[in-house]
Amino acid sequence: MTEIDATSGPAWALEIAAIRDKQDQAAFRRLFLHFAPRIKGFLIKSGSPADIAEDCAQEVMATVWRKAAQFDPSRASASTWIFTIARNKRIDVVRRERRPEPEDLPWGPEAETDQEDALVLEQETERLSKAISALPEKQRRLIQRAFYGDLSHRELAEETGLPLGTIKSRIRLALDRLRHEMK
Amino acid sequence: MNQINHHLTDSLLMAYSAGSLTEAFSLVVATHISMCDDCRARAAAFDTVGGQILDDDATEAMSESALEATLRLIGGAAPEPRTPTTRRVASTFPLPLQDYVGGDVEAVRWKRLGGGVRQMILPTSDTASVRLLYIPGGAAVPDHGHRGTELTLVLQGAFRDETDRFGVGDIEVATEDLQHKPVAEPGVACICLATTDAPLKFNSLIPRMLQPLFKI
Repeated sequence: MTEIDATSGPAWALEIAAIRDKQDQAAFRRLFLHFAPRIKGFLIKSGSPADIAEDCAQEVMATVWRKAAQFDPSRASASTWIFTIARNKRIDVVRRERRPEPEDLPWGPEAETDQEDALVLEQETERLSKAISALPEKQRRLIQRAFYGDLSHRELAEETGLPLGTIKSRIRLALDRLRHEMK
Repeated sequence: MNQINHHLTDSLLMAYSAGSLTEAFSLVVATHISMCDDCRARAAAFDTVGGQILDDDATEAMSESALEATLRLIGGAAPEPRTPTTRRVASTFPLPLQDYVGGDVEAVRWKRLGGGVRQMILPTSDTASVRLLYIPGGAAVPDHGHRGTELTLVLQGAFRDETDRFGVGDIEVATEDLQHKPVAEPGVACICLATTDAPLKFNSLIPRMLQPLFKI
């Protein structure tokens, strides 16, 4: 049994599960200390004034608590899931717009997360993270600016240089399994 | 699920994931993703990139009372239980689109455009409009080019243009250099969800005169 690094993806997924299963406030505190300052920084770089970014980061973390049971580690790592909540908050508060969301895949109590799927997805997320760090500075800046909402779809290049093939295939497998289980 | 042959581009998926698309474009993208697991997985891959950017980002110190303030927002409530969702009742429109229409295809309030073609403009906060188009089998959509990007997603039936055939779930991403003339396949009427980020340019006089009237 290998030890899990306390600030790694799988560890964050366990903290979210502890909130879901035991309303674990200590787990929430550890998530908060790591993610809240990052959400605030992300929102400020996306153009929010500091006080609004602070309020939004608190609201995003409150949503992490409330929606903990919706987190599915076979389809997204903790940082990915928290990013989507922060992004939606930004659209809601800063742009005062709705963001139409795809309909949820049907799932029932039998659609339990497959532990091995979750582990492989974490490894792929880790690999993608390293690939982003290894990109040339100019290209990495461009991808950051895209996610701060600075670039329109027409300013984005069709070819990003991001190796997304394997992680896409893993998520696709998890979706296929979910569809199959619900048949 | 139908076999889908025409998908979203990477730049549209990345912009959707980054949250920088307009509401009208987001609606068309979310509706296509609801019908296409391949694009759903690609969108999730871009979300993963967003997650890594968030995680690697420089931190900005929270106020000292931030954690207590957040716990007050939660108010001691337990996390919401995951409610099992059932399979959607078979419908022509995926749920994000039904939200804007107020129901499935029978809830659409069509306006006639002539030649049997009908449309309904959907309300968004955008200057660009998003609309449903109803084209009777065998009929043509008025010949048009466009200044910006035009997205056309098929919800029922099929159409063909100079480039290919587009069936249910297929999305055509047309740029300004495409001067196309979509024609609905004979048989069942073709219903599409369409949006542009600039007004259409019609090539004949009559539709051009109607343009301000119908907001197309």
